[in-house]
Amino acid sequence: MKELSGRNLLSKKADSLKPSGIRKFFDIVAEMDDVVSLGVGEPDFDTPWAVRDEGIYTLERGKTFYTSNAGLRELREEICRFLKKRLGVGYDPVQECLVTVGGSEAIDLAFRALLNPGDEVLIPEPCYVSYTPCAILADGVPVPIPLQEKNEFRLTASELEEHITDRTKLLVLPFPNNPTGAVMRREDLEAVAKVCLEHDLYVLSDEIYSELTYTGEDHVSIVQIPGMRERTILINGFSKAFAMTGWRLGYCCGSSRILSVMTKIHQFAIMCAPTNSQYAAAAALRDCYPEVLKMREAYDQRRRFLLHSFRKMGLPCFEPFGAFYVFPCIKEFGMTSEEFATGLLKEQRVAVVPGDAFGQSGEGYIRISYAYSLDALKEAVGRLEKYVAKLRGGS
Amino acid sequence: MREKILSLLERNSRMTAEEIAVLLGSGSDVIAAEIRKMEQENIICGYNTLIDWDKAGSDAVTALIEVRVTPQRGQGFDHIAERIYNYPEVQSVYLISGAYDLLVILEGKTLKEVSNFVSSKLSTLDTVLSTATHFILKKYKDDGIIFERKKKDTRMTITP
Repeated sequence: MKELSGRNLLSKKADSLKPSGIRKFFDIVAEMDDVVSLGVGEPDFDTPWAVRDEGIYTLERGKTFYTSNAGLRELREEICRFLKKRLGVGYDPVQECLVTVGGSEAIDLAFRALLNPGDEVLIPEPCYVSYTPCAILADGVPVPIPLQEKNEFRLTASELEEHITDRTKLLVLPFPNNPTGAVMRREDLEAVAKVCLEHDLYVLSDEIYSELTYTGEDHVSIVQIPGMRERTILINGFSKAFAMTGWRLGYCCGSSRILSVMTKIHQFAIMCAPTNSQYAAAAALRDCYPEVLKMREAYDQRRRFLLHSFRKMGLPCFEPFGAFYVFPCIKEFGMTSEEFATGLLKEQRVAVVPGDAFGQSGEGYIRISYAYSLDALKEAVGRLEKYVAKLRGGS
Repeated sequence: MREKILSLLERNSRMTAEEIAVLLGSGSDVIAAEIRKMEQENIICGYNTLIDWDKAGSDAVTALIEVRVTPQRGQGFDHIAERIYNYPEVQSVYLISGAYDLLVILEGKTLKEVSNFVSSKLSTLDTVLSTATHFILKKYKDDGIIFERKKKDTRMTITP
């Protein structure tokens, strides 16, 4: 077939987006066998049976039509009830809640609803890979804020302030964080909120990992800080907490003025989130929180196991209290993250993700996921230990 | 803490105190002492292995026997239960609410052995009013473990 080559074939903006750093690594891994992977960003647990059963049941009853654009009323009510219970913050299920295709769609919608050409978006890095490209596609200007290990990869008020200009409009708050596992404490959020209020910034708070924190205290959201609920788009979903990645279901909540515009875009682009998934998600919120707690306990045990193993092999790693990632530092080896990860893959057949795939400030780190059984983690850690020993031996 | 230790051991009784200590963020001395205490208190009653005997080629049959009995003055069901559970071929005995009183799980090498047990040992007990024997044809899940399923990780190896 002849390759298309018209001068104006593609959108310049879309065509010039940098492909995800993860994708490149994925292609290398895909060609190898016998790889122990620690590279996935999704739970290893099956979706709770009650959720799958509800999905099957609604299919059997033929509930396969569009829902309203914003999503099933009963699901939005469950979501708002859940947020009220977890955060003590109320949202109106009719005006202030939208069901989306994963948290990802909500991120895209938020940028498109809020940004005008040239508006600057502050993005703390390392972070999930889609904020920057989505901001660019919405004509925004992404401005990375490199976070520091010495702050345990939290965003500080002074880091935030340093990056604010006259054009700054929106701050992305990706906590609990993928890839670092960092969480923001209440006092951190209060300091950030103060700066946001002073500079009239809006916030996109991506709290997809909110149910997976290991501090012993509940997750804290910036919407709980006085004055912030009105200027924050809260994004969450079912993928991580309820092990429902493939169902593609998320949601966002915020002021009705913003949500109505997001719903309008969603209506034209998507119509509505998958009906079947919406019924299943309502069942998840209704009946399955005890299962979330069980999964969280298992993640916490694996997290402790990994940190213990790193300590034993002398690999420096700050203690992360959220999500299901650890982010050890590999700077002592004098290699880039990609060199380290590629070597680990080739020599020991262990796949991890180089930290710089999540932003330049992730250079010198690797992301290790603990969404794996303990047995798999033990095997992988054994291999990692051999690799590290060999590098240190200088051979 | 006890509950967490127990739920780990329930899934894998070979886990050492050191391993449990790492997972729970505690000291191995603390965990070992706690386990010892629970053994003494008979909270931990033993360390079994869950076996799929069918796969091991065993022809043994398992029967569930519903037993209706007359409770005895001053002893309730405990005495009759003891007379039944003392037989080594009896694997479990439960006191049950509802249509019958005791559920007896019996392992015998053959069908004949089981029926002999029921007709000559169980039914002849004074207090036994009636029995109903059900043979187990296939075990799908035991002690929370699904026998047939071998879980395979079908996720993509690298995802953001």
